[in-house]
Amino acid sequence: MRAKTFSKLSWLLALILVLILAACGGNATEEPAAEEPAVEAPAAEEPAAEEPAAEEASTQEGSYQIPAIEEGKYNVAFVYVGPHDDGGWTQAHDVGRQYVEANVENVHTAYVETVAEGADAEQVIRSLARKGFDVIFTTSFGYMDASEIVADEFPDVDIIHISGFKSNEANFGNLFGAMEDMKYLAGMLAGSRAKTDGNPKLGYIATFPIPEELRLGNAFSLGVQQTCPDCTIDVRWIFTWHDPIVEKEAAASLFDGGAQVVMTGADTPAPAEAAPDGKWGITYDYSGNCKIDACLTSMYWNWGPVYSRIIEESRDGTWVGGWEYFDADAGAMGLYGFMDGETMQPGAASLPAEDLQLIQDTLASMLAGEFTRFDVFKGPITDNQGNVVLEDGVSLEQLDLDGFSQFGSECKTCMYWWNQNITAELPSLE
Amino acid sequence: MNPIIILHAGLATGTILLFAAIGEVFAERAGILNLGVEGMMLMGAMAGFSTSLSTGSPMLGLLVAILAGGILSLAHGLVTIHFQADQVVSGLSLTFLGTGLALVLGQGLTGQNPPLVPSFDIPGLALIPFIGPVFFANHSLLVYVGYLFAPLTWYYIYKTRPGMHLRAVGEKPEAADTMGLNVYALRYFYVFVGGCLAGLAGATISLSVSPGWFSELTTSGQGWIAVGLVIFAQWDPLRAAFGGYLFGALRRTILDLQGPATLFGLTNPLYINPNFSFFLQMAPFILTIAALVWGSRAAIRERLGAPAALGVPYIRGERGL
Repeated sequence: MRAKTFSKLSWLLALILVLILAACGGNATEEPAAEEPAVEAPAAEEPAAEEPAAEEASTQEGSYQIPAIEEGKYNVAFVYVGPHDDGGWTQAHDVGRQYVEANVENVHTAYVETVAEGADAEQVIRSLARKGFDVIFTTSFGYMDASEIVADEFPDVDIIHISGFKSNEANFGNLFGAMEDMKYLAGMLAGSRAKTDGNPKLGYIATFPIPEELRLGNAFSLGVQQTCPDCTIDVRWIFTWHDPIVEKEAAASLFDGGAQVVMTGADTPAPAEAAPDGKWGITYDYSGNCKIDACLTSMYWNWGPVYSRIIEESRDGTWVGGWEYFDADAGAMGLYGFMDGETMQPGAASLPAEDLQLIQDTLASMLAGEFTRFDVFKGPITDNQGNVVLEDGVSLEQLDLDGFSQFGSECKTCMYWWNQNITAELPSLE
Repeated sequence: MNPIIILHAGLATGTILLFAAIGEVFAERAGILNLGVEGMMLMGAMAGFSTSLSTGSPMLGLLVAILAGGILSLAHGLVTIHFQADQVVSGLSLTFLGTGLALVLGQGLTGQNPPLVPSFDIPGLALIPFIGPVFFANHSLLVYVGYLFAPLTWYYIYKTRPGMHLRAVGEKPEAADTMGLNVYALRYFYVFVGGCLAGLAGATISLSVSPGWFSELTTSGQGWIAVGLVIFAQWDPLRAAFGGYLFGALRRTILDLQGPATLFGLTNPLYINPNFSFFLQMAPFILTIAALVWGSRAAIRERLGAPAALGVPYIRGERGL
């Protein structure tokens, strides 16, 4: 009798376990944006009577806390895929949000963090739109379809999706930047480091088999090729944007496999933290995550100015959706240690002067708008199967940079190839 | 694909499962199923990390982690031993309670760098070929503790008088009561021990194996694996330790398998198509579910040697099994 009850309970438990595991990664949300930014301090002079009416209560949507708008201000919401202080991708967006809060007048910002991609994201974005937010930035690739659906339902809300490829010509915009520019420079740096250390092996932690990850990996390897023609690059796929432990294990796996420098396509400072003595990591996304000496550099985003411009335009009614893809000259990205006012990390400063000169010169022409993503992906390029990808002097086109024919893109030379110095097979897309 | 490196990494990550699973062995041997391991581990990970950060002492961090897991487990003890409520439901609630508490109390800990539990070589033993670099070189103190802890708990459970009392309480509590043992007190104590070890397992992650606080990703389901492991291990601490090391090595092998183009002269399927690693990553969880389902059948449980009174509240004066 009792054994039978136990058996039933165990089945129930197994079922619950499956559900928990399926929901893993998206079931936690912390209270967002409780603190008022210091910039708003002068507002205290306003009559106190207005205060209670000014703020509506935040509400609960599933396990997510949906923040409230502030009446009379231009309300901007951000949807984050990770925690706001993840030390990478999401933190870079949050730094941009704080920049907006400090530099754009009469604006109120709020965020919802650790929002799972897919159905959860749609609920959260719709709730934000219903709440009355004027602009919503959705900051992960997997929010693309959810953003599109909600943008259709709420034509008065401007939704800007980061890193995807869908948009409309009204209130749904797609925004991203050519991080391949910075990855290319980081590749030069990493190649020079590996060559100087006498160990011509590098590693790349890739997230998902999507065009962006192959493009950034290829840009890195093309940069490596400039300073270290003999270097090879190994790849580990981790199938997650934000899992610090898996990312650290992947970094350890690459280092143990012989890599001298490991670069990441995911969101945390793991490669530098996992680097054994005498080896190096390159972090991503956030300028503040390259602190320890084992970190060579960080390719980072500087979203603040771009966000501010879009919000101003949206308030003026001049912003229209569509597709926006900026290069390094937009000032929205950087290579840590090489931008104005930054000091080079020790691992970079000790490199041969001619390599550093090459990096600085290329960076200068990128910032001047003379060297773009189409120069990064300019022939001759050969893939690691020996096929010619691009003839001498021919550049990839925009569709090629961000398309797989398998995903229905009309690209001609699609991004489904690995540069010749990458010692890994292409991931299957089935 | 260097076996030394994979085994070395497996021993480190396996130590997490070792502590958590042996803790659960204690609780289940006393007759109390505690499914809150994941929650207690997260609390331990958070408390240990936070303490080391504020006091600068990782050892104090471990102590606080042990206490945090232990104190949380007393909630389960109160509900299941004192109020004789359903152990499955209470354990699941404990997971949610522990996870929620740890996330709230752990705010702001991400990205911090507290002092960690030291790693070192064992002099002499580290020089033995193969064995040395795998078992005795550059491991955390906690890994070495794990080597000693598993056999000691085995000896305790099977060869000492208190160990026999523990088993009696889990097998036939009314007989143990007749013998003069305090069944309630012993059950509380071993639930507490299990919680302490789960807390230690959590701190093993945050202060040693994968240092840092990454909210619920810190444990990422390892508490559940520990629960399943106990059934695999047939409630035997030595087998639990072995299983822990095995799962630890598997975790690392999955990533390393993406490297080489060929394995044993054959094309490496993970090199051609890294998507396959999904299936390997699922393996521990599938095995856990399978173990829980398989291990729940009465006949099999008897054959496996499950404590007869596991999951059954003891009420003095009521007829036993």
